[in-house]
Amino acid sequence: MKPVPTPETASYWEGARLGELRIQFCRSCGKYYFYPRSRCRYCLSSDVVWSVVSGRARLISYVINLRPVPGLEGVSPVIALVQLDEGPRLMTNIVGVDPSPTNLPLDLRLTVLFVEHSGVVLPVFQPDSEVA
Amino acid sequence: MTGEMHRGGVAIVGAAETEEIGVLPNLSVIELHAQAAIAALRDAGLTVADVDGLATAGPMPMEVSHHLGVTPRWFDGTMVGGCSFLAHVRHAAAAIAAGAASVVLITHGQSGRSRVGALPHHTNPSSADGQFEAPYGAVTPYSTFTVPAMRFLHDRGMGPRDLAEVVVAQREWAARNPRALRQNLVTIDEVLGAPVIAYPFTRDMCCVVTDGGGALVLTSSERAADLACGGRAVYLLGSGESAEARLVSQMEDVGSSLAFRRSSAEAFATAGVSRADIDHLMCYDAFAHLPLYMLEDLGFVGKGESGAFIASGHTTPSGKLPMNTNGGGLCYTHTGMYGMFAMLEAVRQLRGEAAAQVPGIKVSFVQGVGLYFAASASLVLSNHRQ
Repeated sequence: MKPVPTPETASYWEGARLGELRIQFCRSCGKYYFYPRSRCRYCLSSDVVWSVVSGRARLISYVINLRPVPGLEGVSPVIALVQLDEGPRLMTNIVGVDPSPTNLPLDLRLTVLFVEHSGVVLPVFQPDSEVA
Repeated sequence: MTGEMHRGGVAIVGAAETEEIGVLPNLSVIELHAQAAIAALRDAGLTVADVDGLATAGPMPMEVSHHLGVTPRWFDGTMVGGCSFLAHVRHAAAAIAAGAASVVLITHGQSGRSRVGALPHHTNPSSADGQFEAPYGAVTPYSTFTVPAMRFLHDRGMGPRDLAEVVVAQREWAARNPRALRQNLVTIDEVLGAPVIAYPFTRDMCCVVTDGGGALVLTSSERAADLACGGRAVYLLGSGESAEARLVSQMEDVGSSLAFRRSSAEAFATAGVSRADIDHLMCYDAFAHLPLYMLEDLGFVGKGESGAFIASGHTTPSGKLPMNTNGGGLCYTHTGMYGMFAMLEAVRQLRGEAAAQVPGIKVSFVQGVGLYFAASASLVLSNHRQ
């Protein structure tokens, strides 16, 4: 499954290729929001800007998928929800640990990294302890 | 003529499933719709000539209406996933009450297992879910719908055992139902020890995958009284619908569904009944976490009490709130959009015709969900007009 950007999301994917996690910030209500769109999801203001965020997050929830996913061979089986320190929640993969519940306590601190898969660069997350 | 949308103004007068459900490699999607529709009309003592409204999801309504020889003056193709058919009942009741339709046929048919005449599964790679969820493997129900569950359990001091308890309780119902796909009684350890699909979900915590169809016929309660089936009519007392995030990552609270809370509250309010009035409950259970969410979000138990409530046996045949009495999507059948089967079981129970009949019930609550946590629809049904 290869994402195909739209004009509203292109900057997100361009950022990923450059190793940046770009999230939109609303200057009207002062909130970060996800997924990318032309207007703030909270107040519908168009006064929004792209911001390179810290990439720091915590683990909200996950499953460890043990079934093959055609077209996504080699992708981490840990399909997770993470919450960025800036607020927004994202679906992602957790990498850099053996996929086992003991390695994945909820609220685990995480940091973004970028992996290329089938020509697409995706933001994924790994536990802080694994960061050099 | 106009009447009441809720409080018994509209009745379900015909209800049927396809003759068989399960593995049906010789029946296409449209044939499943047709079989169920004809059986439901026969149940009502009506014919296609009486039908002037048609609602369905999957095929478009005109595909089904023309296939059956129905010329509608009202149709509804609302497609919000598995609870679409609950929404159709609500919309049909509004149309009948307003005089926009007299007899509405609602059909479901899905070749979920054999995929005969079915559209291939497809995710739009430019949609929000196609860009921001699918690339991570969140492309199937078992690897997407399930993702919030660990947070729900964690925040309540619960765990995978609570998911297993849901399965154990529902097998007690399925064991009494010869049409259920999974009928054997199981223990907690057996459910936890079954092959893992997507941890913490083992095979038995995921719904069966089947072929089948079902249909309902609705009309005004005045007209229902004149039909041969009049004494078996099931009345709509209340209903609600709502929606939240299409992406599971964007739910306001991953441990609770805003859509469940809103639509169920409207169903209770429009029906004018309270939780204590509910004798029978159907909670759309594509996966074992959903009845836990629903028991809490519908207000039958407080936050964090759902696991203990089920483990104590309150939802089993000897319990005070019989739930998913056909065995549910986990054990009975799940064609992909299960909502029709949840309603049909409520109708059978209220008519006193269920395989595992609960004695003396008057009011049933049916809670549906669609497109993961995106859509919700809720119905309050009764065998009394109120």
